[in-house]
Amino acid sequence: MSAKLEALCQNLQNVLGDRIAGLKTLLGEVTLEVAAGHYLETARILRDHPDLRFEQLMDLTGVDYSTWGDGAWSGPRFAAVCHLTSVSKNWRLRLRVFAPDDNFPVLPSVVGLWNSANWYEREAFDLYGILFEGHPDLRRILSDYGFVGHPFRKDFPISGYVEMRYDPDQRRVVYQPVTIEPRENTPRIIREDSYGDVGHG
Amino acid sequence: MAEIRNYTINFGPQHPAAHGVLRLVLELDGEVIVRADPHIGLLHRATEKLAETKTWLQTVPYLDRLDYVSMMCNEHAYVMAVEKLLGVEVPIRAQYIRVMMDEVTRILNHLLNIGTHALDIGAMTMVLYTFREREDLMDVYEAVSGARLHAAYYRPGGVYRDLPDRMPQYVENKFKNAETVKRLNEARQGSLLDFLEDFTNRFPTYVDEYETLLTDNRIWKQRTVGVGVVSPERALALGFSGPMLRGSGVEWDLRKKQPYEVYDRMEFDVPVGVNGDCYDRYLVRIEEMRQANRIVRQCIDWLRKNPGPVITDNHKVAPPPREKMKASMEELIHHFKLFTEGMHVPPGEAYAAIEHPKGEFGVYAISDGGNKPYRIKLRSPGFPHLAATDEMAKGHMIADATAIIGTIDLVLGDTDR
Repeated sequence: MSAKLEALCQNLQNVLGDRIAGLKTLLGEVTLEVAAGHYLETARILRDHPDLRFEQLMDLTGVDYSTWGDGAWSGPRFAAVCHLTSVSKNWRLRLRVFAPDDNFPVLPSVVGLWNSANWYEREAFDLYGILFEGHPDLRRILSDYGFVGHPFRKDFPISGYVEMRYDPDQRRVVYQPVTIEPRENTPRIIREDSYGDVGHG
Repeated sequence: MAEIRNYTINFGPQHPAAHGVLRLVLELDGEVIVRADPHIGLLHRATEKLAETKTWLQTVPYLDRLDYVSMMCNEHAYVMAVEKLLGVEVPIRAQYIRVMMDEVTRILNHLLNIGTHALDIGAMTMVLYTFREREDLMDVYEAVSGARLHAAYYRPGGVYRDLPDRMPQYVENKFKNAETVKRLNEARQGSLLDFLEDFTNRFPTYVDEYETLLTDNRIWKQRTVGVGVVSPERALALGFSGPMLRGSGVEWDLRKKQPYEVYDRMEFDVPVGVNGDCYDRYLVRIEEMRQANRIVRQCIDWLRKNPGPVITDNHKVAPPPREKMKASMEELIHHFKLFTEGMHVPPGEAYAAIEHPKGEFGVYAISDGGNKPYRIKLRSPGFPHLAATDEMAKGHMIADATAIIGTIDLVLGDTDR
């Protein structure tokens, strides 16, 4: 671990104290986990504290962990993952927060802190159905007008539920149930730990 | 007196200045924009979801189709994320090739942007000039990868193959006579590097031509100076990156600040704007093309002197050479396993970001140890830029909307994913 990352971890520990639910450094990246209750407060400190100064939210995304490792996952299902960048300090941080309720995932919105979160939270809502409390305009963004469901959830089929086509009789575009079968040529396989290791065999 | 109310117009989704399928709902007070609400997703192909059903290697060509004017840069971020998870070393020659092709891509992208931006706001000639140079660079793409657009040239562990020793030639046909063909083939007699070097010699003159047409052009300045001003503080809060952030005066370039591949060995300058308007961003892009040209030249020099492997010899990640496959059973098995089941990436997560021509392109990859990604998130630079349209366009005239869409270097394939 480089000195810079060590300094960042140290600063995070000093400043955030027991708000930290998990702090890991792997592959040269620092991942911070906080509970949903501390999320907004932590985000504000991360942005404003002179030792941290994460001015930019580069990315915010939803993740559905329900099928992780073929059922090896036991934690909450939905998480929001932010990637923060500090231009003045030149470091990065990944901030993960799990939504406590799997059936009705709600998280506080960080639009007030980083305006770039606006569309990212709309996207996470659209694709994963995570609700962001306090978002000024939580509409769907990428999917079709009138779309039903949250397509990036793991239980949503890759081919979807409806398709659209032009109907020459009715002379308009109609929606109908999908007529294609999902086709996956390569099955998803998870091997034992040492199987695909670089340098093994 | 009649009551005057704001009214709403629909810009796009089929509009030549919308750079694809952007639907922009503009609320107008007379000719002044009160609110701009971009509706995106008309080109949403769920690349990230598709990636979850493909092996790690099969996803590479999908990345070309995101930002379809800077193809190799998209691949670059993806293969970097996979390499980070795998922990494989990329041969140094492959790193130089990647840097060179990234900069070629940067020139390609900025040429398209400046050409079409000028076209959108009234300077027809620009696009004719910039597409002339793009043609040469497209030939470079075709020579290295076999495809003009969707290259799929970068692979986890290196690049698909070494640079070719000869360039494809034009042949005589009913549109091109012998004399024209001879002139066109003049620069194509040597290797790819010779062709590219010849291009880098010519290119600064071309950039001068563009500048003659635009930089001091009164109409161009009237349309861009003071339009879409973003202060440095707002640029940071809105998640800007790349030329959009530098145009606002923030000196932030991942190639300098968080160097990847061999950018730390390259000599180049980072241009920074002052006012944060469309004109400054245009100047930044022009200068970036000149700097990219410099980097390409440095790479050519190095690549000429240093032959070597261009892809890792770890056959769990990259296929073995064909000659070995024909002779060795083990190599044959490696090849078969790699292209049927695919590589297994250790569990973990990685975020790899590169300085894409449009800004920071990041790939956030989560693996659960399978032969397919568990989740891929593509952080496209155009997404937050387009989100800021409302703020940039507010208070401007309706005609400035096209100037603002042009300056954010919008490619919907990249924004919608």
